[in-house]
Amino acid sequence: MIWNETIECMDREEMRKLQGIRLKRVVERVYHNTPFYRKKMQEMGVTPDDIESIEDIVKLPFTVKQDLRDNYPFDLMAAPMSEIVRLHASSGTTGKPIVVGYTRKDLSIWSEVVARCLTAVGVTKQDMVQVAYGYGLFTGGLGLHGGIENLGGTVIPMSSGNTQKQIQLMHDFGAKVLACTPSYALFLGETIKDSGIPREEFLLKTGIFGAEPWTENMRKEIEESLGIKAYDIYGLTEIIGPGVGGECECQNGTHLWEDHFFPEIVDPVTLQPVEPGQQGELVFTAITKEGMPMIRYRTRDLTSLNYEKCACGRTAVRMARILGRSDDMMIIRGVNVFPSQVESVILELPEFEPHYLIIVDRVNNTDTLEIQVEVRSEFYSDEMNKMISLKKKITDCMQSVIGIQPKVKLVEPRSIERSMGKAKRVIDNRKLV
Amino acid sequence: MLIKQLSIFLENKRGRFTEVAKLLGDAGINLTAFTVAENSDFGILRLIVSDDEKAIDILKEQRYAVSVTDVVCLRCPNVPGSLAKVMDIITNAEIFVEYMYAFSQGDDANIVIRPDNLERCVEVLKSNKLILLAASDLYKL
Repeated sequence: MIWNETIECMDREEMRKLQGIRLKRVVERVYHNTPFYRKKMQEMGVTPDDIESIEDIVKLPFTVKQDLRDNYPFDLMAAPMSEIVRLHASSGTTGKPIVVGYTRKDLSIWSEVVARCLTAVGVTKQDMVQVAYGYGLFTGGLGLHGGIENLGGTVIPMSSGNTQKQIQLMHDFGAKVLACTPSYALFLGETIKDSGIPREEFLLKTGIFGAEPWTENMRKEIEESLGIKAYDIYGLTEIIGPGVGGECECQNGTHLWEDHFFPEIVDPVTLQPVEPGQQGELVFTAITKEGMPMIRYRTRDLTSLNYEKCACGRTAVRMARILGRSDDMMIIRGVNVFPSQVESVILELPEFEPHYLIIVDRVNNTDTLEIQVEVRSEFYSDEMNKMISLKKKITDCMQSVIGIQPKVKLVEPRSIERSMGKAKRVIDNRKLV
Repeated sequence: MLIKQLSIFLENKRGRFTEVAKLLGDAGINLTAFTVAENSDFGILRLIVSDDEKAIDILKEQRYAVSVTDVVCLRCPNVPGSLAKVMDIITNAEIFVEYMYAFSQGDDANIVIRPDNLERCVEVLKSNKLILLAASDLYKL
């Protein structure tokens, strides 16, 4: 099923024309309404008249997260505050949060794109969807919520946490779809198992997971643990929230809704566009947004784009699985390490639970990498040498994948914190001056 | 003639063993024998207790990583040379000992053995007229 066939299956040339028209309009909007963009464009000697087609996007300046902080709270708005009907914010781990504003039209675009994502994975108006993303300033809960209502499905607005109740209502109401972070999905799977309620008594069939990067192995793990099909939904607060793109039933790349969010891939160092299909940093321009349209916003997400038509019939560009946010990349003893690499190793090995914690530190001027993992109950042994060889096995696998030898620490069952929202999987204790 | 030994995986963290001891103590479960194998970041606590099923339930409920292993326990005189005699029999029968521990009580010494081949070990010890303790004997101690 396709929610908006005209757009999702549009001829690529037609799409580029549409994007060009919309780009011109949004550039005019920000040039006239947002001093920040006007100043930047003037510095580069660009005016809205220079934008005639989507190809001209390369003439425009980039925007980065720091720009949102510097313009906190409302200086990046391109609509008067009287037109802004909702605010969301993302919790900055350091310093100020970033704030985004939506006009009524922005909200309707949001519920449109989320409805596309839901439809793409087979959700219909007959279905009940349990939203276990946090509601509030975080875009996850309300973003999904609007999309489900637009589709005509039934929302269970659970928000995150309260895991026992999540399971009870999922069971009693007969939710068919679950929307939350992949790490919370795992925790729910574990808790359902513990609850002793037979899996057959749940109607759950589909999961829509996002808000944190996850690996293909994590998908398998969740699908097995919950007995569902698991799909990626992609988004970021700065652009709109969840629904910037989503997977279809082919599970072969995340379709980006490029009639609203124009994607580019650039080399993160030179900022030049990469060859089609090459990996680089994902950059978005929100070409239809009114409240706070981002121009060439650098997501820090590393991925590649595939413009071939998908087996599902959609022509909408597909994004490869995100290797990691370049912000997440750890440089340990000079080696680039992504948490997603660590995750893929752990999920590859049947002896370990899919939960982990990475602790980076610096001892005597040398970086240390500790990875804490839990052994699955059936693999605990009374023999020390078996436990030690288990530890050696995972250490060796890690070393071959990430290129440096980590210190693996086997920890007790359930001692790694289970996340209700975005999992905190890396602790970097290095004090870098 | 086999005894059920519980093995618990514990991180080397302050107070972990205390918690286990207290948990079992509060449930009225007695520790007949125990030993700890440790390395730098974790240990394996091996226990023989008065009520293994109850202990397993309690430990699992508290999310301890507990597994059950069959071991043999033999009794020999608490005098110099008796361990050597036992070990000689085991070695000659080509049985490999994964680990063992012992505790003595007055005139008796009790040796808990986890051999690589349990059946054969029992057979060899029996044929050499050594006294193997049953679970019920141990819990009386």
